[in-house]
Amino acid sequence: MATVELRFSALPEHVRTARLVAAAVARRSGVEEAVLDEVRLAVGEACTRAVGLHQTSGVSAPVRVLLIEEEKQFSIEVGDEAPRSAAGALAGGGDEMDAESEDEMGLAVISGLVDDVEVSADEHGGHIRMSWPTPPTALLP
Amino acid sequence: MDLSLSTRTVGDRTVVEVGGEIDVYTAPKLREQLVELVNDGNFHLVVDMEGVDFLDSTGLGVLVGGLKRVRAHEGSLRLVCNQERILKIFRITGLTKVFPIHTSVEEAVAATD
Repeated sequence: MATVELRFSALPEHVRTARLVAAAVARRSGVEEAVLDEVRLAVGEACTRAVGLHQTSGVSAPVRVLLIEEEKQFSIEVGDEAPRSAAGALAGGGDEMDAESEDEMGLAVISGLVDDVEVSADEHGGHIRMSWPTPPTALLP
Repeated sequence: MDLSLSTRTVGDRTVVEVGGEIDVYTAPKLREQLVELVNDGNFHLVVDMEGVDFLDSTGLGVLVGGLKRVRAHEGSLRLVCNQERILKIFRITGLTKVFPIHTSVEEAVAATD
């Protein structure tokens, strides 16, 4: 299993960099060309959401992206450190309605694009994990 | 690639030609442009997306916001797009039912409700 890890300050201008890196690693790990557009869009949505959550919650920590090449699949994990209350809502944010409706649009796109997706969040932050199948022979030494 | 924007008038329509990537970083520029056009009294907009390489939910949000603004003045916002990867995003979010999507600027300019 090979992993590329990317950390970036929670700023909109870095989301494009995350898309480019994710697409490059996905291509290398054997994800089909036709699916790369979906990978690019999904990781962009997840990172946009994380940037928004960090900004709304005043979290100064970077957004973390893990790009994981496995034997039969390629996975992307986007982690934020914006704390949620027990109900899953953002803790202490003043613009909760706006933040949450944008949040939902991003998640709608992700769930429409990616078959294999897990979303989780707790008081320490949230994760989105997305996976795409890769042909086993595509992994080069 | 950054976002490029240019506008021109065709009859009673204002055509906004968009190029490059519409994402969380660039979408505010498109929002400003649409707001400015509406504030200047242009209520019938055609957004030409043929030069767009990338569109995400932030961009969709800006287009929906533009539609709300022109509708408040009984205007219209039509899109021109033939790119399957961009159309797919409108489809999975159900927005194909919200926006009239045309295959050419000529068709969009000629269209009436």
